[in-house]
Amino acid sequence: MSAIKAEGVSKSFGKRVVLEDINLEVGGGDLFAIIGPSGAGKTTLLRILCGLQPPDSGSVAVLGERLSYGKGANLTLRRRMSFIAQKPIAFRETVRENVAYPLSARGIEGGKEVVDRALEQVRLLGLAGNPGATLSGGEMQRMAFARATVYGPEVLILDEFTAHLDPQNIKLLEDALVSYQKEKGATIVLVTHNLFQAKRLAKTTAFMLDGAVVERGETSRIFNSPTDERTGAYVRGEMVY
Amino acid sequence: MESDLLDVTFLSILVSGSATLIASAIAIPLGCFLGMRKFRGKEIVRTVTYTLYGFPPVVAGLVLYILLSSSGPLGSLQLLFTPAAMVLAQTLLVMPIVVGLTMSAVSTTSRDYTETAFVLGADGWRTARTVIHEARVGIISAVMIGFGRALAEVGAVILVGGNIQWHTRVLTTAIVLETREGDFGYGLALGAILLAIGMVFFYLMKRYQDKGMLA
Ligand SMILES: Nc1ncnc2c1ncn2[C@@H]1O[C@H](COP(=O)(O)OP(=O)(O)OP(=O)(O)O)[C@@H](O)[C@H]1O
Ligand SMILES: [Mg+2]
Repeated sequence: MSAIKAEGVSKSFGKRVVLEDINLEVGGGDLFAIIGPSGAGKTTLLRILCGLQPPDSGSVAVLGERLSYGKGANLTLRRRMSFIAQKPIAFRETVRENVAYPLSARGIEGGKEVVDRALEQVRLLGLAGNPGATLSGGEMQRMAFARATVYGPEVLILDEFTAHLDPQNIKLLEDALVSYQKEKGATIVLVTHNLFQAKRLAKTTAFMLDGAVVERGETSRIFNSPTDERTGAYVRGEMVY
Repeated sequence: MESDLLDVTFLSILVSGSATLIASAIAIPLGCFLGMRKFRGKEIVRTVTYTLYGFPPVVAGLVLYILLSSSGPLGSLQLLFTPAAMVLAQTLLVMPIVVGLTMSAVSTTSRDYTETAFVLGADGWRTARTVIHEARVGIISAVMIGFGRALAEVGAVILVGGNIQWHTRVLTTAIVLETREGDFGYGLALGAILLAIGMVFFYLMKRYQDKGMLA
């Protein structure tokens, strides 16, 4: 069964068509990477998939439920999903309170051990009492990961979750993601500019260009024998954009 | 004269403080609501509110004077020349400032925090609480500026209060009187007290604000 299904999704900003008739299925338990040049519409697509922004036309279903994009819409479903934005932000609270936010938003009291474990996994236990706003870039992204996974979402959508990080932080977060998926069997959609990351992590990869999904398939096939010329050019690093 | 000074100072703080409190109690929720909602005419509301920032106190005083005077529609309340009338006048002057500044504090923090709260599973109420919490530094500024306007204002309180000794005389109206009587030194001393109150208040609020800035 597919965990995410987008049908005929289109989106324009003014005259600019950013997504054009996207059809995409992500299987349950898949680790699905979306690659493509800057401006291809990746972030826009993710925002539509997680309910932040309605498409102009088309529909999206997550875990079998159709997204309706109103205020307070799909609350129960939303609480089974999570999203890390390209530039995550911290609430003006401590790091610990930030990570505990999804729990308190669900009316879950206590949960100290769960929060501790999430903080420990991203090596932030030592900074737990610091104001969230004082975190460095890498620490902020680690905090965002802990915050997005602390309540065990079944669908996790990540927009460049290791962008601008050093190799150590990338490794730490990739390991955390892999072990999260192992533990929960969650469905993960990952947008990345880092082709090596897609190769390392993803079971399935889709290549987006100019608002369309050019090609999708098993990651090794996309990288080794793409059927579309443009995919080939992109994964070989020959596409100039 | 000294006990007079204390009275005048106390009444200034009482009138402007009450006005700021009452205005904030109405204006903060209203500003949050307006800042968070998208609705038709929001820009008009914003423009009108900003225009009211500069509403001349003396005109507000005049309008209120007419309403409260014995032949006016609210004359039966017998509020003219009482501290209550002064509070009312300053409340009206402070309200637009607190509404407008709260509104912009909330709408500038709003989007990113609303979205973060949304994807982390917050419902509408929790999202609103989060946005207000995030905007608190700006909201505190709004209250500070509102209090500053009330404390410094003279046109409205002198009209509806009447500058009556022991009863409705506050620091600003006392300065007017001292100037008329040529006692500039005393007038300046009153001015210094006025500034000192402002400074103490701003200092306390600023400390509170700094705490909210990070954590
Ligand atoms: N709210 C908006 N208003 C106008 N244009 C927008 C808006 N959001 C996105 N766009 C435009 O849509 C296009 C796709 O943006 P999007 O953020 O989805 O790209 P992306 O693939 O995520 O790029 P990157 O890899 O640089 O993050 C861009 O040209 C962008 O300028
Ligand atoms: Mg993007």
